[in-house]
Order: sequence, then structure tokens, then C-alpha cells
Amino acid sequence: MAWTREEMAARAAKELRDGYYVNLGIGIPTLVSNYIPDGMTVQLQSENGMLGMGPFPFEGDEDPDLINAGKQTITELPTTSYFSSADSFAMIRGGHIDLSILGAMQVAENGDLANWMIPGKMVKGMGGAMDLVAGVKKVVVLMEHVAKEEKKLLKRCTLPLTGAGVVNMVITDLGVFTVGKDGMTAIEIAPHVTREEISAKTEASLRFADNLVQH
Amino acid sequence: MAKVYSDATSALAGLLKDDMVIMAGGFGLCGIPSLLIKAIRDSGVKNLTIISNNAGIDGEGLGLLLETRQVKKMISSYVGENKTFAQQYLAGELEIEFNPQGTLAERIRAGGAGIPAFYTKTGVGTLIAQGKDEREFNGEKYVMETGLLADLAVVHAWKGDTEGNLVYRKSARNFNPMMATAGKVTVAQVEHLVECGTIDPDHIITPGIFVQRIIHAAGLEKKIEQRTVRQRA
Repeated sequence: MAWTREEMAARAAKELRDGYYVNLGIGIPTLVSNYIPDGMTVQLQSENGMLGMGPFPFEGDEDPDLINAGKQTITELPTTSYFSSADSFAMIRGGHIDLSILGAMQVAENGDLANWMIPGKMVKGMGGAMDLVAGVKKVVVLMEHVAKEEKKLLKRCTLPLTGAGVVNMVITDLGVFTVGKDGMTAIEIAPHVTREEISAKTEASLRFADNLVQH
Repeated sequence: MAKVYSDATSALAGLLKDDMVIMAGGFGLCGIPSLLIKAIRDSGVKNLTIISNNAGIDGEGLGLLLETRQVKKMISSYVGENKTFAQQYLAGELEIEFNPQGTLAERIRAGGAGIPAFYTKTGVGTLIAQGKDEREFNGEKYVMETGLLADLAVVHAWKGDTEGNLVYRKSARNFNPMMATAGKVTVAQVEHLVECGTIDPDHIITPGIFVQRIIHAAGLEKKIEQRTVRQRA
């Protein structure tokens, strides 16, 4: 049985390490903050200019001056700092953020990522995604394995890129895949999902790790 | 020279002309110079190029200037929240230049700091790098981006003094400090206008040299774009 969105987020949270500074994208990646293990210290960065992002406010405590990169009202923590957009992207581009978890439309076996533009459709813009994938030390993509029958793990992206050779790991509802110099490798498979199902739903050349974990 | 003006219209007097480039601070509706944007709309100035991370929403922020078709071109990183924007763009009535958010922030910072161009790894190997100079440093590829300047920068701050020293509040800081440095003229709206000497000089984020005109935005109504809350236990 494929992983749910919550289970995908919980799996992604296993990539967190004590002391990490982390940027979470909009959508399923946001859910990862619910699975930070007890006792682990992780600071969440919001690229609009905040480090140490707290949970949503209680009703009545919303502050229009305190939002995250998804424009949602949030709260601060004792560790919080605020800074300008230039300082925020100095953190990101300068390699000071340890981990970026974000969604994608397509990932290629060479680590190329496409998640901002479908030609011919209304383009909303890339926001901070291009800076994040170019600058953050480790980039993890969290997405459904296929979208309406369309494969998303490809030999080459067909959509315009967000970054070239930037993805380190992909977590989907079917499994966990690393992306390295030798291509894409399945290292974990979700419960009751078979190698055959994964191969059938993947265009990229895929190797199954010798120590593959079948959940 | 007195920097304090009585309202947004008088603070912008003599500064607005058709075809000009205007930077407007803010991220979403957070930290936007809302009173100054309204005064720009009311002036009727047109064919504007606007540099701002977002394009407001329908009826708020820069959305006001889109409704009146005063904008010719936007330089932004994300414009997803604005239906008027989508309609005018798809009808070919509005130009857009998308910049990665960090590249946009750094272009503005560089412009204000007298740096005409810089190299970044953001966007290498993507559409953003097309037609731009690329160079290798220490074995990695970088793309050249140019600094941005504006005829006018309009910014929002939480507190300002009569010298134009500014302090921002929480995530409403965002693009405002860089934009204040990159306008030939910078006009600030501040929620609290105080006498010089009131703000601890160690706490000033934007020194007054970057701000030519300032207005007091008393009792400002600040909008929330995505109200998200959690249940009390």
C-alpha cells in the first residue's frame, strides 16, 4: 500500500538531524514540521525573512506582520530572528541552510528538477525555489510518484528546469530514491508496493539498492 | 531639510511621471507601502515598470495599479495570487520579467550599493540564464545578474524618526531595506513617527541617508492574505 501524504512527510522527517537549519516548501513538505522527533532541535527558515518559525497562531493571535513564505500567519519562538530578503537568500545561496524539502513536477535521473513552469499555461513564477535548489546543502523532493498517469521520475525533464543536477533524494508515495553520479537508486519501498510497480511507473533508469528496505 | 510630509499625496508630489520605474517593498501583503501605492494610483501616472516581489491581490496592494492599467511591466518572483494580473498577462497587455527571489533581492541590494553586476549560481542551466554571461569560479558555473535601480522606491516601516531612520517589524521587513537603498528618491510610510533620538541608534536597520521623504501612516489597517490558526488545547 502506497504511503499517505502524512506517511511521506514522516519519512522525510527522518532526513532531519539535530542542529539542522531547514527550509520547507509549500504543500506536503510543510507537513514535515509535524514529525520533528522529540528532543531534536531543528530551526525552520522561511525565505521571506525569518529563522525559527513557530506553529500557526491561536485564533485571535494572528499578526499581519508575521507570515511565512506561503503568506500564512505563523508565530515566533525564543530562537527566532528576522532579517531582510537579501540576508535570507545569503543564508540560502551561501550554503548555510542544511536541508531543503520541496515539491516537484518532474525529477530526472541526473538530478535535474522542474517545478515552476508549464509552457502555455499561466506562469506564476519561481519564487525562491531556484535559489533554494542552487544553494542549500541537501535537496529532498517530496512528491506523488505519478500525476494523473504521467510519469514524474524521468530520464530527462521535459518542462523548463528549476535547477540542473540539484536533487539529492526523492521521496514519493511508493518509495525513497537517491540521486547521485551513478543515477537514481531505490533504497526503500512502501508497504505492499512491488519493484515491478515502481519500474512500471518510472521512466528514469532505476537501480534497486542491494540493501533495499521493503517496508 | 525637512523630510516629513503630511500625507502620501504631498510626499509623492513632483516625483511621479509616466514610464518611470518604481520599486515597492513587501512580501505578499506583508510590509507593503499601502498608502503610497494608493496615492500613486490616484495620481493617474501610467506605463509604470514596477519592481516588487509580488503583484498584490485583487483590490489590495499593487493589485490597485493593475486594475487601473497603470502598469506596463512587472519585475517579480511570484505573482500567483492575482487574477487581474493573469487576465492582463494572458491578453498580452502586461509584461512580466520573472526573477528568482534571491536574485531579485540581491539585484536590488547590488543596485543600491553601486555594484552594477554580480555572479550567482541560482538559475544556472535554466531559462533564467539564457542570454546572460556565464563564468566558472573554483570549478562551478555562475551566471551574471545586473544590479537594479529605480526612479522611486516606496517602502513600509514600523517606526521611523524625522531624520528618516527606519526600524521594521517581524517579517514585514522583507524587501523594504534593500529597496530603500536603490531608489533615486525613497519615500517611506511608517506606523510610528518619532522624534530623533527616540530610537536606539543600535537598532536602526535603514539609516536616514537612504530615505528622502517620510509620512506617518497612523492607524493603518494591515491585511492578512492567508489566515491560518490552530485550535486551543
